This record gives sequence, C-alpha cells and structure tokens, in this order.
Amino acid sequence: MNISQILFWILTVLALGSALGVVLSKNPVYSVLCLIVTFFAISGHYILLNAQFLAIVNIIVYAGAIMVLFLFVIMLMNLNAEVEPQKSKILKFAGFIAGLCLFLVIVAAIKNAEAKTQAAQLAGGDIGLIKNLGTALFNDYVLPFEISSVLFLSAMVGAVVIGKKE
Amino acid sequence: MPINYYIITAIALFCIGITGVLTRRNAIIIFMCIEIMLNAVNLLLVAFSKMFHMAYLANPAKAVTSGIDGQLFVFFIMVVAAAEVSVGLAIIVMMYRNTHSVDVNFLNRLKN
Amino acid sequence: MNLIYLVPLFPLVGFLLNGLCRNYLNKSLVGIIGSGSILASFIVSLIVFFDVKAGHTGVVSYFEFINLGKFAIPFAFQVDQLSSLFLLIITGVGFLIHLYSTSYMHEEESQHFARYFAYLNLFVFSMLLLVLGANYVIMFIGWEGVGLCSYLLIGYWFKSIPYTNAANKAFIMNRIGDLGFLIAIFWIISKVGSVNYTDVFSSLNKFSTTDLVVITLLLFVGATGKSAQIPLYTWLPDAMAGPTPVSALIHAATMVTAGIYMIARSNILYSHAHVTMHIVAVIGLATAVFAATIALKQNDIKKVLAYSTVSQLGYMFLALGVGAYTGAVFHVMTHAFFKALLFLGSGSVIHAMGGEQDIRKMGGLGKYMPVTHITFLIGCLAIAGIPGFSGFFSKDEILAHTFSESPVMYCIGLFGALLTAFYMFRLYATTFKGSFRGTHDQEHHLHESPAAITIPLIILAVLAFAGGYVGIPEFIKPDAHALDNFLSPIFAESKKVLGNHPLEHNTEWMLTGISTLLIVIVVVTAWSKFAKKADVEDPQGFGKVLANKWYIDELYDAIIVKPVYGLGRFCNNVLEKLVDWIINGVGRSVQYGSRQLRLLQSGQVGSYVLFMIIGIVLFFVMQFFFKK
Repeated sequence: MNISQILFWILTVLALGSALGVVLSKNPVYSVLCLIVTFFAISGHYILLNAQFLAIVNIIVYAGAIMVLFLFVIMLMNLNAEVEPQKSKILKFAGFIAGLCLFLVIVAAIKNAEAKTQAAQLAGGDIGLIKNLGTALFNDYVLPFEISSVLFLSAMVGAVVIGKKE
Repeated sequence: MPINYYIITAIALFCIGITGVLTRRNAIIIFMCIEIMLNAVNLLLVAFSKMFHMAYLANPAKAVTSGIDGQLFVFFIMVVAAAEVSVGLAIIVMMYRNTHSVDVNFLNRLKN
Repeated sequence: MNLIYLVPLFPLVGFLLNGLCRNYLNKSLVGIIGSGSILASFIVSLIVFFDVKAGHTGVVSYFEFINLGKFAIPFAFQVDQLSSLFLLIITGVGFLIHLYSTSYMHEEESQHFARYFAYLNLFVFSMLLLVLGANYVIMFIGWEGVGLCSYLLIGYWFKSIPYTNAANKAFIMNRIGDLGFLIAIFWIISKVGSVNYTDVFSSLNKFSTTDLVVITLLLFVGATGKSAQIPLYTWLPDAMAGPTPVSALIHAATMVTAGIYMIARSNILYSHAHVTMHIVAVIGLATAVFAATIALKQNDIKKVLAYSTVSQLGYMFLALGVGAYTGAVFHVMTHAFFKALLFLGSGSVIHAMGGEQDIRKMGGLGKYMPVTHITFLIGCLAIAGIPGFSGFFSKDEILAHTFSESPVMYCIGLFGALLTAFYMFRLYATTFKGSFRGTHDQEHHLHESPAAITIPLIILAVLAFAGGYVGIPEFIKPDAHALDNFLSPIFAESKKVLGNHPLEHNTEWMLTGISTLLIVIVVVTAWSKFAKKADVEDPQGFGKVLANKWYIDELYDAIIVKPVYGLGRFCNNVLEKLVDWIINGVGRSVQYGSRQLRLLQSGQVGSYVLFMIIGIVLFFVMQFFFKK
C-alpha cells in the first residue's frame, strides 16, 4: 500500500463522512462547514488523479465562492438548530431506505460492467495541466465557453431581478 | 486504483446527496445536497477521464490529450453550478423574505 | 368521338342551371333548359352514333380520376357500338319524356317544377356516365348517381309519407345490390390491378374459374338490385310512387336496364362462367313468369306496368343467361320504346282522370282520348309480341335462343309471354273499352291530353312499331339483323367462346308460328272477356294470392324487416343500457380513481423526489435484473 493509496482511502473516508455530516447535522452552519470539508476532499481526489487545474478551480469556485455564499445566506437568515424544520420520522425513514436502495441497485448494476477492472492510475499523465486544458478549451470548446459567459450574464440578471424588493 | 473504487465512492456520495434531499426540509440544506450530487458526478467524470487517458497512453499511436474532454466537462459543470447557485440562493432569499421560513413544505402551491 | 364529352355535359349544365336557379326561373324557361339540354345531348349522340357506325371506336381519356402509385383510374369514356346505342336510347327516350313532363308536371309550383327537371337532368347525366364510363369505377359512379336520382324522384312528393317510404325502400334495396357490385370491383382490382374494361377483358387468364364465377355472380347481385330481379325486385312496383314520366324514364326505359348494360358490357366474363350464366338465366326466367303472374291481378294501372317491367327485365336476363347478348340489348331497346310509351300513355290517362290510377274506375276511355287510346294499343300489341311490332322481334329472338339452350325453359318463357299478352290486354280492355265506371265529375272532366303529351306518345308509338325492324331474324330475311351486325364487335369474343348453334329455319318458323298463334288467341280472349265485363270484384282464392303479390312483401317484412326492427329494439333497450352502464362505469371509476390518485399530488417537492427515486430504482431493477 503506497502513499497515494493511503491518501485515496483517507480522502474517500473524509469525503463520505463529511457528506454524511452535511445531511445529518442539525445546525445548518455545521452542514456548510462539513460540505466545505467534502469539497476539499474531492479536490484532493482531483490532485491524486492529476487534475490539478480542476482541483484548484474546485477549491476556488466551490469552497471559496459558493460555500461562502451559502454561509452568507444562512447567517443572513439567522438559521440555527432550533428553527430547523424537521420531517416526520416515517418520511425520514422512507427517504433513507430509498437512498440506500438506489445505492445498492446501482452498485449491483455496476457489478457487471466491463470497465470495473481498468485502472485509474493515481500518478502520471499531464492532461490536467492548465496548458493542455487551456489549449483544448480554446480550440474545441471555444463556443461552449463563450456561451457559458452568456449563461453567467443571464444568471446574474436573474439573481438581481429575483432578489430585488418589489 | 481500480476505477471500481471511484465509481462506488461517487455512487455513495450521490446517494448521500439524494438521501439528504429526501430527508431534509431546509431548502438550503437540500440545495447543498444537490451540490454534493454534482460533485459526485464530477469526481466520476475526472476518474473516467483519467482511466481513458491511461488506456490511451498504453497505445503510443493515440493522442496524448485523449480523456481531456471529461475534465472539460467538469469545468463546464462547475461553471453551470456557479450560475445555478447564484440564482437558487436568490430564490431562497426571496422565499425567506415572503414566508420567513426556508421550509420546502411551505412551497406546496402546486397542490392547488 | 371528340364531341363525346358534350353528351353528358349538356344534362349536367341543365341540372346545375335548373337546380341552382330554381327560385328565379319561370316554368317555361325551366322546361326549355331541361328538355333542350337533353335534345342537344341527343343530337350529339346521333353524331357519335354515326361516327361509331363508320368505325371510329375507342376510349377517350380525360384525366386521372384516382392515382395511387401503380394503380390508376382514368376518367375515360368508352365509345363503341354498345355505349353509342345506349346513348341514343337514353337521350332519345329521355328527350321525349322531358318534353312530356313539361306538360304533365305543369301544375307543380315553379320551384318544385325546376327541382323536378334538375333531378331528371341529373339522372340523365348519371345514366350517360354509367353507359359511357370506360371502367367499372366510372360506371359505379353513374350507377350510384342514377340510384340517387331514382330515390329523389320517387320521393318527389316528399310530403307524403308512403312515397318517401317507397323511396327509402328503393334506395335500400339498391344498396344491397350495390354492395355486390362494389365487392366485384374490388375483386377485379385485386386480380387485375385495373378496372379499365380493356385491361380486364384482355387479361382473363389472371382469373381462375372460381374468381370468374364469384365476380360475375357479385356483378349479377348488383344487377338484380338495379334491374329489379328476384329477390330484390319489390322496390320497383313501389317506385311507382314517383311522377309517371319518372316511372317511364327511370323505372322502365333506362335505369333499370343498367344491370343488363353492365352484364352485356362484361359479356366476356360471363361467357367464361357457365355456372353464373345458368343462374342468370334461371333467375331471369323465374322473374319473368313470377312478375307476370302478379301483374294478372293488379288493379293500379301503373302497378300492372311496373310488374310488366320486372317481367320484361326478366326476359332480358334470360337472354343474357342463354348467351343471346344481342337479343338482350335488342329487347332493352324495344322495351324502352314500348314501355315508355305505355307509361306515358298511362300518365295521360291518369292526367285525364284527375289522378285516379285504379283501372276498375275507368273504362271506355277510348272514345274520349283517341290518340292515347291508339298509341296505348300499339304499345300493348308491341309488348304482347304480335308479329310486325317491335316486341315480337326481340322477344322472338330471346325465346329462339332459349329453345336452343333448353326447350323446357322455352316453354316456361312462352308461358310468361302468354301471361304478358293476357294482362296487357286485360289492362287495355278494362281501361279503354266497355263503359265508364268512374264518377260523373270525372266523366265530365275527361279530355284528350295536350300536344306536349300526345306528340311524344305518337313518336314513341312509331318507334314501338318500327323499332323491331333493325333486328329482323335470320330465318325471315338472311343477314337483315342490322343490330346484330352493328353490335357484333362487342360480342364477337363471347360468341367464339359460347359457340354458335343456330336453329333450323324450319324449327324457328314453327316456334314463331306456335307462339304467335297462342298469343293471338290469348289477346283475343282477354280483349273480349274484359271489354264486356271488367274485372272489378275482389279476387278470391288463388287470384287473391296474386293480387297480394304472392305475399312477398309480407314475407320480406316477416323474415327481414321485423327481425331487423326487433334487433333494433333489442339494441335500444338492452344493449344500449348495457353499453351505457359500461361507459358510465368507466367514467365513474376513472373519476373515483383520479380522486384517489390526486391525493398523491401533495404539492411537496420532497414527495415528488421520493417518487422519482422509487421510479429510478424500479427502472434499474427492471433494466439490469429482469432483462435476460
């Protein structure tokens, strides 16, 4: 078991555990913090998979921008465990069972897949480097890239319009 | 690591996200669970991208950039997710302003 | 031949003018348009006829009526000996009857008068289409068209319920036959892939014998409907509800001969189907005698003529059945002349009697209406088959052919001919001889009809007398049968198939002699019997059966109409309730189910997601674990 495998296990446990924390914690602020941990863990996975650029973007966009936004909204609304709405026990149980069933079913379905033994080697390969990604992005994906800027613009306008007082 | 591990990890994350959507009533938490699901998919995409890249590297005739599409998709998903969060949070703020609650059960106008 | 499209065009224009402008035209203009269009059509028909006589025959195609890939139905006209002859009969007799109608229908209101002429023109148009069509579909269009016009004209006085019922009866009976015709057309299409006469008749090898028998039988079913043969004949006597000129034109001279035209047109198919030939002959003969017996005891002047028409049509089918196609067409022609004459004569009588149709209330009309009397007598002599008159030649030809086919059938046919002579002279003598039995008012009112009525009568009387001389039989004068020579190209193929076995001239002389002698005896008997003492008392015993038409209407009523009504009542009372219950039950259960299902729609996003997840799980389970 080399170092990268050990890292993989640590990151996986961290990601799943903190994701469970997001779902289970009563206080929304804790949820946000757990989610940040999850994102960091996933970023670690990206680094292990030689996707350095994505790892950085993930941290900047998700952990940096998005989660701050979440935190900001939660604090703005002054939510805490006391005012947290709770579902009835039976619905919670049903949701839990449904999620578990989905997991089992998909795993069972994946079991027969051909690709399951192929390796996703942890180190090596350089497609995740900014240079390579940038070349592909501005050659093959330049149109979606430009369109995404329009998407941002419309999202911005939408957010302003929705957030505006009457 | 075999791709299997990544797949199962991603499925587990995804199902945790779904369970969260199903069991929580707080709109913000539900929204965060959706983010978890998105990230699960991202993780899977990166893992597959890596897998294909390795498979092609074993064959020298193939392009060295094979598998890069997966990572670019992750990039675009992040882009879209950022836009989605901004709009989604704006909606939640507006809802909170109107109902003084983030309980999705108040959002049952569809019923009538 | 280039002018052929004008023949049906004139009546169509007449129909449109009269039909659309009926509120604006006055009666004389309507009469001029109605009759003039037919006269123009008749003149063109004459030109076409002489053109054909000079040898210019063929198919004139105008446009594609239906085009479905490889299967095309052209709108084309068949110009040949058979169709040109029918054109002449239709437009010629049609014109005379139109002319007659201008006077006969003069008491109608102006717009109904125009409606009448519009229908009549439409009828002539349809009939011309039927005769001219170069394929079965065009013929079928005309076939349906004449059926429609027949319906409209029988129900012309639509305010009277029995008349509209008679119209319905005629229409429905015709539909039964039309179904057979239609199936035959489809059958032909499935075998040949075309409905053009030229294609169908030249590809007989594509038909098996069974096909031919079935197709010809189905066509014959169509013919029995249209031409009033057993078992579909009962509509024709009821069709006398229409105005008398209509009876003359449609239900005696032209439309009812459509069936004969169709079989004569398809003669080559029939010649290859011996079974059908026999059936046609037997049905024709049976109808001829059967209808003649009924006519013996009828007291309505038009009913007698109607049953006589059915009987004469039976003779035509007999002729077709024994392969005497020329004889059939010949009889169509002569019958058109003398039966139109008789109907118009009866119309003249009815006109004079102020609408009275019962011959028991007539009598002695001969001295009041000399022209009608003489022309009617000529008609009677012609239909009875007195030598020298047209009916003699055509009927003799049919009977001679029948004799060469089967002497037994000849005897039955001759018996029918004797019955014909008897009832015609019973009718004649009761109406025109003896003393007047009507009311005093009616006697005072008696008068000869105006010229517009008598002129057609006189022309038709001349034709009824002289029409037979186009078909002088072989044994009287060799090679003098002009009609046979004229039509020979049409029936040449069939003659080859059927073979030609002419009778010895001596035998023919003998047969003609015997039949003539018997007919003369019957005529004299009937004349003397009914001129002295009219048959006025109610018939007893067997006569009553005949007077009630063998109770065939009652039989049909009992075995078809009543059960159908019963079925209708059953459907109405039981089935409909059941269906209602089922339909309402479905509605109610859906309503109930939806009310319950609606509760699933809580409006809460969480529950929707839950259902979505359950759906995804089920999908995965189905896709991956139950696939193999």
